[in-house]
This record gives sequence, structure tokens and C-alpha cells, in this order.
Amino acid sequence: MSEPVIRAERLTKKYGNAVAVDSLDLQIEPGEVFGLLGPNGAGKTTTILMLLGLTEPTSGKATVAGFDPLRQPLEVKRRAGYMPDQVGFYDNLSGLENLRYTAKLCGLRGQDADDRIQAAAKRVKLDYAMRKPVRTYSRGMRQRLGIAEILMKGASIAILDEPTSGLDPQASREFLELIRSLKNDGMTILLSSHLLEMVQSICDRVALFNRGKIGLMGKVGDLMSNVLGGTHVIRVEAEGANVAAAIAKVPGVARVAPEGGRLRVEASGDLRGDIARAVVNAGGDLKMIDAGEASLEDVYTRYFEGVPNAA
Amino acid sequence: MPREGSAFAGVGAVMMKELADNLSSTRMRLLEGLIFITGAGAVYSTIGAVKEVIGEDPFIFLRVFTTGIPPLPSFVGFLGFLIPIIAIALGFDGVNGEFNRRTMSRILAQPIYRDGLLFGKFLAGLATISMALTALWLFVIGLGIWMMGLPPSTEEVMRSLAFLVASIAYGGVWLALAMLFSVIFRSAATAALAALSVWLLFAFFWQMLVVLLTPIIAPADPYSVASQVHTVEVGLGLSRLSPNTLFSETALAFLNPAERGQNLGVLLPQQLQGAISGPLPFAESVGLVWPQVAGLFASFILLFTIAYVLFQRQEVRA
Ligand SMILES: Nc1ncnc2c1ncn2[C@@H]1O[C@H](COP(=O)(O)OP(=O)(O)OP(=O)(O)O)[C@@H](O)[C@H]1O
Ligand SMILES: [Mg+2]
Repeated sequence: MSEPVIRAERLTKKYGNAVAVDSLDLQIEPGEVFGLLGPNGAGKTTTILMLLGLTEPTSGKATVAGFDPLRQPLEVKRRAGYMPDQVGFYDNLSGLENLRYTAKLCGLRGQDADDRIQAAAKRVKLDYAMRKPVRTYSRGMRQRLGIAEILMKGASIAILDEPTSGLDPQASREFLELIRSLKNDGMTILLSSHLLEMVQSICDRVALFNRGKIGLMGKVGDLMSNVLGGTHVIRVEAEGANVAAAIAKVPGVARVAPEGGRLRVEASGDLRGDIARAVVNAGGDLKMIDAGEASLEDVYTRYFEGVPNAA
Repeated sequence: MPREGSAFAGVGAVMMKELADNLSSTRMRLLEGLIFITGAGAVYSTIGAVKEVIGEDPFIFLRVFTTGIPPLPSFVGFLGFLIPIIAIALGFDGVNGEFNRRTMSRILAQPIYRDGLLFGKFLAGLATISMALTALWLFVIGLGIWMMGLPPSTEEVMRSLAFLVASIAYGGVWLALAMLFSVIFRSAATAALAALSVWLLFAFFWQMLVVLLTPIIAPADPYSVASQVHTVEVGLGLSRLSPNTLFSETALAFLNPAERGQNLGVLLPQQLQGAISGPLPFAESVGLVWPQVAGLFASFILLFTIAYVLFQRQEVRA
């Protein structure tokens, strides 16, 4: 097995008595897209800042691309590109001037810098606007400029904090497409999000965070079967005294829980036929039955049902 | 724990960017316009008055800097007043501005240390101040040559250059103060107000405070000369806590060769003997105000160090 690109060992950050990140263990392999998920205040941003050496951990150790972010931050920051939550640029400067400045900070100059900037801008489909001041950019354009900056640097690791927050669905979709193309280039990507649909569609693995601890970590599919006991969630609306009990007895049904006047049935497959029969046999009155593949949202909801929320 | 890589990585890039920002900002244009108009006005009227004593005074050019025609203050007085404003305008949003534009974490995620950002910004501010003051200095000398029809002597050039350096150092102190406030306060407006309050304190109220406080701290005994001397010393010490005092004393010694310390509260041995009067050689004038010059540099270093330490410990997240 190859050496992990990002590794955290018992990484801990305390602010006074409050523990923002609690003894975190994490390994991200080269070329992986890894999602950090969790409610507000879970500790996602804090984790990212520690990986980049922008915040000192209270204890524990991190390694990024083989370097220690505390002692060799410049090496880490040369290899990892970071796009903060709500990334900001100098509004009075154009996109090009902004990236030229970053390029200089990275030690890139002259024609080389300009060539890289142009290639990166083209890649994120922003080349038409590079000479306009950033103050005229939309939210989506700023995000893409952030990605262009990472590409321009030639980073092999991209760390994106809430990259799609505030984007409209269309812009989000395009953005996801862009992240996918980075993955195809072999970039290792760590992203945090609370947009679960997005994480589900592009992440190889995810970690569910709460109160600074990773509650669950693994491949999206595995999490679904582990947490939900199945990969399907079927919603049933039925009237009758003991419908729920009857459904629970159907083979393949892992769990039945009430959800807003309906029942949420977690099952290993599309068992709508069996469930309908069970309802009818129990003397119930079936009003609606609706099946969908389980989404990460279901995992998330289910996981955090039992855990008190941080924020 | 030792960290690897140069603390100065990125200083040049930051400095060039900030310098370009400074030089192109409307804020700077306004201030430069202000300082040029007031400076030129003061010098113009001064030269008109000083011209009459050409030939009597070997240091006529230096007179241009130091003579005020009431109600206008002298050129030096104007600078003592305006340099802090320029420095504050350049520094008050240096660090907090990056947070407010949400660029801080993105910039610090580039391969530079925070040192590079702070140094670069400071150097850019200092370079801007130096350029403005040097331009002004050249302008004054040029105006003098043109209006009086004679060039300055070598000694006058040296003395006025020393004064130029002192005014840049004075600007550095205020720039460091403004940047310190830009680290402490997240709101740029608060930082600007705080810096302007300090400026007001030193420009207008400090001497009053000194007069009020000195007899309280060191009451003078009318029957003891030693105690009276002590009182005077305490008063001087207090007034020299103000960078404005340090600057005006330095300017006085550099620009007025006849100054032997009688206005600075220091007595040279010659003066005690009461024998010699007349101009002092340049080197001795420098020696005379060396403590003041050192004081300017020390306060600059102190302020910058505090800003540096606070900035290093600051959370990067906005
Ligand atoms: N400078 C600070 N001082 C004290 N506590 C802090 C500080 N910064 C963060 N915290 C706390 O650390 C915890 C983790 O914050 P963090 O920003 O990492 O969460 P997050 O998962 O990124 O949340 P969000 O989704 O809101 O961005 C929170 O409880 C927060 O209140
Ligand atoms: Mg966050």
C-alpha cells in the first residue's frame, strides 16, 4: 500500500476548555477524494487549518505529503492548495493580477507564471473574465478563481473548505464536474461540506464529524449498509393499528422509524411489493409507498439522531 | 520548535504589491496633495521672509525649514503634524484589511511565513513615506534655490538630509503604531480612530499633561536646587515619551547649528564654561541628539515587535 498523503495522528485542538478537534486519526491515500462531513462547529475548518500549519495543534501530529506542517510549513504549502470557506480576493484587482500576486508568493515569475495562470483559467472556464476586476465576479466565479489558483501553483493536494456553499444548483454541478476532473488528474482532494448530496457523488470516502470526533468513516456505500443496515430507504404512508410492526417483520427490512406522519423503512433492497403486502395483510390501509436509494443524508440523519449536536 | 525555510520568503512580493496599492490609492493621492500644498505654502512664505537676511546667515537654507511666519507653523512644525497622519493612513488597515477582505487565510496558505506578510507591508509603507518625504525635500531645496538664487552649502545639504532621515524614522514609528492597531482591532475604523487618538494625545495634549503631571510626580522644593533640577528632569523625561517631542528636538539639533542643547535640556561642557557660542559642527549636533534618534528607533522597534508577536499568535480564520 502506498504512503498516505495526509495523515493525522491523535490530532487535538483545544480553545481554552472547549475541544474543537478531539484526538483525530485520519489517513488519506494519494488520488483519493475525501469528504469531511459534520454540522456547524464540528471541527472541520479547525482540522484543515492544522493540516496546513495555519493553526498549531494542542497535541498530536499531522503529516502532509511527508512533511510536518508545524516545522516545514513552506514545504506543505507548496504542495497543498487551499481554498478557504468563502474565499476572498482583492476586489480592486483583476483575476489575473490576483493570481499573479499568488504566483509571486509561490516564487513563480514572468512568462512561466503567466502561462500557468492562463492554462489554469482556461481549465476553470474563467479565461474570458481574467482581466475584469474581481469585484465584478459572481460567487461561482470566485470559487473557480480559487481552484485556478490551486491549479496554477501546481499543487498535488487540494484542500477545499465548503467549496459549494452559496452556489446555485447549476453552479454547484459545474463545480463538482471540475473537482471530478481534478481527481482524474490524480490530485488528492480533501473537502469539507454539509451538502451531502455533493459529497456522496464525488467522494471516495467520507468521515462524519461531530464535536471534534470522527463518528464514522468509510466508503459511502459501506456506511450506508453499516449504519442503515441497507441501501434503500422506503417511505410508507399507511393507516392501521400495527402496520409498523408488520413491516418490520418483512425479511430484509432493517429498521422502521416514524418520520413526519410516515414511516421510514430501511431495507436491503427494493422491497416495495413485500411491504405493500405486509401492510394489506395486517389490515392496514396503504396510502403511499415511495422508494429511493439511500442517500448519505439518511446516514447523516440516522447517525446524528443519537448524538447531541455540537452547534 | 525550529521551523524550516526563510522568514523572509515573499517579503519582496508582498512589498511590491502593497507599494503599488499605496501609490495608486486615492487615499494616498489626497494626503500627498495635502502635504505638498501645505508644505509648499509654508516654505514659500518663509523664503519670502528669510530672503532679507541672505548674506547674514550662513545657514539660510536651514532657516527655510525652521522659520515659521505666524500664524503658519514652520515647515518642520507642519511635518511633525502631518507625517503621523500619512503613516496612520498607510497602516491602519494593513492586517485587519486582509481579514475583512477574507484574503488572509488564502495568502497565508501560500509558501510564506506570517513574518513575510508583516515585513512586506511595513516596508511598503515605509518606502511610500520615504518617497513622499524625499520628493518633498527635493521640492523645498529646489524652491529655495530658485527663489533665493543660491545653492545650499555642503553642510546644509548634510544637515537637511539628516533631518530627512529623522522624519522617515518618525514616520516609521507612527506606521508601526498604526500597524499594531491593525493587528489588535478587527475593524479598520476602530484601528484608525485609536491611532488618531494617540496622535491627538501627543500632538495637542501631551505638553499639557506633562505640565500637570510633573509637579505631582516630582514636586519641587523651593529651597533645594537638587529637587528643582529633578523636577525639570522628570518633566523632560515625560515629554520625551512622545515621539513628537523626540522628532522636534532632533529636527532642532539638525537644522539649527547654533543649538547646543539649551533648548533640549542637555548641557554641554562648553556651555557650562559659558565661553563658546556660535555654530556647532555637524558631527557634534548628531551627538547632541543621538539619544532622541535612538529613542525614535527604539520606540519603532518596540511597537513593531509587539505587533509581530500579536500577529503570530492570531487565529487566521476570519
Ligand atoms: N478562535 C477560536 N476560539 C475559540 N473557539 C473556537 C475558535 N475557533 C473555532 N472555535 C470553536 O471550535 C469548534 C470547531 O470550529 P470549526 O470552525 O472547526 O467548525 P466547522 O466544522 O468548520 O464548522 P462550520 O460548518 O460552521 O464551518 C467550534 O465549536 C468553534 O466554536
Ligand atoms: Mg468551517
